[in-house]
Amino acid sequence: MKIARVAWSGAIHEATDAGGGALRLADGRVVHEDAVVWLPPLRPRTIFALGLNYADHARELAFGAQAEPLVFLKGPNALVGHRAQTRRPADATFMHYECELAVVIGRRARRVRRSEAYDYVAGYTVANDYAIRDYLENWYRPNLRVKNRDGCTALGPWLVERADLPDPMRLALRTTVNGKLTQQGNTRDMIADVPFLIEYLSGFMTLDAGDLILTGTPAGVADVRPGDEVVTEIEGVGRLVNYIVGDDVFGRG
Amino acid sequence: MRVRTVYGVLLNYRGALAALGDAVRRPPYGAPPKAPVLYIKPANTLSAPGAPIFVPDEVEALEIGAALAAVIGRTACRVPAERALDHLAGYAIANDVSIPHASYHRPPIRFNCRDGFCPIGPVVDRSRVADPGTLGVRVFVDGALAQQNTTANLIRPVARLIAEVTDFMTLSPGDALLTGVPEHAPHARAGQRVAIEIDGLGRLENPLVADGAR
Repeated sequence: MKIARVAWSGAIHEATDAGGGALRLADGRVVHEDAVVWLPPLRPRTIFALGLNYADHARELAFGAQAEPLVFLKGPNALVGHRAQTRRPADATFMHYECELAVVIGRRARRVRRSEAYDYVAGYTVANDYAIRDYLENWYRPNLRVKNRDGCTALGPWLVERADLPDPMRLALRTTVNGKLTQQGNTRDMIADVPFLIEYLSGFMTLDAGDLILTGTPAGVADVRPGDEVVTEIEGVGRLVNYIVGDDVFGRG
Repeated sequence: MRVRTVYGVLLNYRGALAALGDAVRRPPYGAPPKAPVLYIKPANTLSAPGAPIFVPDEVEALEIGAALAAVIGRTACRVPAERALDHLAGYAIANDVSIPHASYHRPPIRFNCRDGFCPIGPVVDRSRVADPGTLGVRVFVDGALAQQNTTANLIRPVARLIAEVTDFMTLSPGDALLTGVPEHAPHARAGQRVAIEIDGLGRLENPLVADGAR
């Protein structure tokens, strides 16, 4: 099953896919996907993200192998749903998308072994975790000014339950900007795969239901500009649309 | 009030930045920080007065991070410094515990984010704190004074910090911003008790316990 969270007719609803571009709300109403506001499919507890977790992307940014996974955290302010706007600040010279498989933890996990890691997964969704490279500094890099900006992490459209995705480590990822293919990869090329990440993180801290792990992005990041439509898509998980807008939309400058 | 997301800021005491000396200009840093260097103390770290702080088996001692927490009461987005304090519910004492680590190059998840590594005391209404920029901060280990400093030494005082942070990220009611840890944070071992006092906010006390005992 795949589940969305949407706003429609004055309330927030859980919805499932009714086919033909329609959603079935939990209360039985059926509405068209264009008629709703798509929200992030969950309200996560802790949000983890991986940097440099695909060898080709690490090379693209001229980094060698990491001694251990490069993990950073994000706050709830960063999240927006499918078809949302994301702001590119006027002073940015390089702002790029990152198409990422996002893993949702389903229950408390402490010192979980790799062989049992999938038992702790509730499901998966797509994340587009924007970065603005102009704001990088070498202190706790990448810092929150680069990676935890309001509305700079799109999530959705669906939470796909674990049972519907038997092998998350063999999924094609692709990003298009205004319809042009700019990024493609496959989750099998992750350096630290999903079971490893659950074993690693739960080895020193307790994970819990609703924790979210963004597993990193492959090569092919490119600058995006106001007016661009950015589509990040993962096979079997979903197709997440986001729109870049400028400062003017936010009444800045 | 229930604490929601907790953010910390690195090197916000003048002495803490000065203690790094020339290293701030050398690799891997290259330059002193320009913007506030923020980090997150996630949900599993949140803890209460009196709760044990578990010392991982492979670690000899933990660093005790005495921090003034500014707790948001009203949504703060793009707030100018002059009005920043109006967005606070109040202040609390936080113990920003970490495993001592020499490098600040990469996010410190493995060092900062262990279960229970962020005890926070009760929120004191902001009307009872006349000036958050003049508060004495003291740390005691087994009753002995181990550190003292004052929020007068913050590089970015509370209001300015809120202004700079909320320019790019919204803080919501219940979010807490830990305004920095003074230089030479004391270390403590399993079996010891640590207490942090901040003027007007009382005392936050926690025992350190070997993780094997958990």
